Amino acid sequence: MSNVVLKVENISKQYRLGQFGTGTISHDLNRWFHKARGKEDPYLKLGDANDRSKSGGSDYVWSLKDINFEVKQGDVLGIIGKNGAGKSTLLKILSQVTKPTTGQIKVKGRIAALLEVGTGFHPDLTGRENIFLNGAILGMTKVEIKSKFDEIIDFSGVAKYLDTPVKRYSSGMMVRLGFAVAAHLEPEILIVDEVLAVGDAEFQKKCLGKMKQVSGEGRTVLFVSHNMPSIKSLCTTGIYLDKGSIKFQGNIDQTISKYFESNVVFETKGVVPQTYERYNTGQAKINLVQIINEENELISEVYYSEKIKIRIGIEVYSLIKDAVIDLKFLSKDGIVITHSVNIENNEAACDLEPGLHEFLVSFENYFHPDFYNINVGIHFPDGSTIDYLEHIYDFEVLSVGKENDYKFNWKHGFLKLNSTWQKL
Amino acid sequence: MQQQEHWDLTINPHSKWYDLRIKEIFKYKDLLFLFVKRDFVSIYKQTILGPLWFFLQPIITAITFTVIFGNLAKISTDGLPQILFYMCGITLWNYFADTLTKTADTFSSNANIFGKVYFPRMIVPLSVVLSNLIKLGIQFLLFLGIWIYYLIQTDLIHPNKMLVLIPFLIILIGFMALSFGIIISSLTTKYRDLKFLVTFGIQLMMYASPIVYPLSIVPEKYKWIIIANPVTSIIETFKYAFLGVGEFSWLYLGYSTLFTIVLFMIGLVIFHRVEKSFMDTV
Repeated sequence: MSNVVLKVENISKQYRLGQFGTGTISHDLNRWFHKARGKEDPYLKLGDANDRSKSGGSDYVWSLKDINFEVKQGDVLGIIGKNGAGKSTLLKILSQVTKPTTGQIKVKGRIAALLEVGTGFHPDLTGRENIFLNGAILGMTKVEIKSKFDEIIDFSGVAKYLDTPVKRYSSGMMVRLGFAVAAHLEPEILIVDEVLAVGDAEFQKKCLGKMKQVSGEGRTVLFVSHNMPSIKSLCTTGIYLDKGSIKFQGNIDQTISKYFESNVVFETKGVVPQTYERYNTGQAKINLVQIINEENELISEVYYSEKIKIRIGIEVYSLIKDAVIDLKFLSKDGIVITHSVNIENNEAACDLEPGLHEFLVSFENYFHPDFYNINVGIHFPDGSTIDYLEHIYDFEVLSVGKENDYKFNWKHGFLKLNSTWQKL
Repeated sequence: MQQQEHWDLTINPHSKWYDLRIKEIFKYKDLLFLFVKRDFVSIYKQTILGPLWFFLQPIITAITFTVIFGNLAKISTDGLPQILFYMCGITLWNYFADTLTKTADTFSSNANIFGKVYFPRMIVPLSVVLSNLIKLGIQFLLFLGIWIYYLIQTDLIHPNKMLVLIPFLIILIGFMALSFGIIISSLTTKYRDLKFLVTFGIQLMMYASPIVYPLSIVPEKYKWIIIANPVTSIIETFKYAFLGVGEFSWLYLGYSTLFTIVLFMIGLVIFHRVEKSFMDTV
């Protein structure tokens, strides 16, 4: 016997776009008529891949297309992908909230999905009553809940408010109570959506710890998140979804780097696609963003301490006096770490005539090893924005360096200081 | 030799129409009772009168009926005390109407939970049937009180051996409400039009049932309409058993029973089909 506990075979999911209503009955009747004659569903043939920037010709869209994978017992599988890649749809199918359009999934053992914490909490019921209700909704029996009741309360830390209706709880308390119940489910396969994104840092740590413990007990976990560090620390294998199909599957480190490599702009060699969502007033357009190494090759990974060079191309349509071009560096959680502006040292302050202009920015790399991304903008000197691109280029600073590696297993913050230590 | 692997669960786009996964419902029986408890406890939280409302609702309706239908419209009650006559019909009708209205809302009002967690959806309408059954039990006590009072005080009412049918009648009308409810609820996920028909339809159905009037005053010409209403024979039998007036016929009751069984089967199949895909259409 193999120890595969979850087998996903050719799963596809089709959605109908636009308004429901007109045409629903006629499509239903047509569908039924085809079926009655033993023919294939006429609407299943239609449908484009799920690329939201283009509007396809058909009313139907494949949100997942031919997904195949297996999960072995004890695996912790991270599912990553951009918004709209089909992660949530996949989870919904796995948790039986909705059915696939085609394909089949086979499961060994009990499967429980945690797409939200505190599902079914009733505001008028007390914490105690809601623990039982929520537990039962998640598939536990009363006896099971009773036997874990003390642990649940302990974990949630709301013991004092047990007999208060949950509508009087703070949202943080609700989340804690919800997660506490869910954490004490004991299914063979646990599916977790980004529930960890809520709650304070301390509680998030607790949740991650609990999930580590769960996977340590030999149970299988499927984890969807945007938070790469927690994916990295929890998961052993990964799947990278893009536009409804699997782009990559393998061990988690490879999957994450594939995910960062395949950002839109890297794929197009730094040329910003026409459809890229941007804030724009029309006087100028940023059309190229590249990170290049010393050898002038396009890269998405930078060695530790390696110099970084960024090339920015701007097409100007009408004269801009004293243009301000600004480059922001963001952590993967979207925090702006630092920025750099062309007029900082007055080196590249200039008036931009209509036409194409290019800038090269190079700087010492003081980043700790991690994932970062860039926002680029062009502004008038008074600060009003002409064009602004968010999250345009992802890059990773590797922990290995060309000259020296990053020395520590832990890091705090994002930047290292150019400091000198003396023992006196 | 490769061994045939055993899988505990297979998720398919299409399942056989008769594969209703009834066994699963038993696995979730704790949830069923917790839902009943939730419905029951939450309804009267933060009310002053609390469970007293269970009594007030039918009494107020009965008084209204007495004033309007009994005294103003002067509709006969087959020579029975008006309040008793109306209470008899209202008690059972309320159970039917409340259950139907609430089960008809299963998918739309639970879309939130259904979108996040899987459990057999049938648990929700079943819990409605049960919590309304408890409510019926309480209101039934009220009716019994009035009934005993008149039984002792007057010799107008003649209970008879048909009383043994009462539990059956209650189960029957409960299942009928459930069946109507789950069918409507399944269809409204796609076609919202039905939602508007429910309140209106229930109102209409009440007037097509012998609640504010006895079957005996219905002109022969229109009687078939009232008899065709599957609720009629149940209410009429209920009245006959307790009060000794009205018409009782095995044929009519048989019709209602058969109607309910067929309706329930259809309901189960439709509901089961819809529960798997409704998240995409709701």
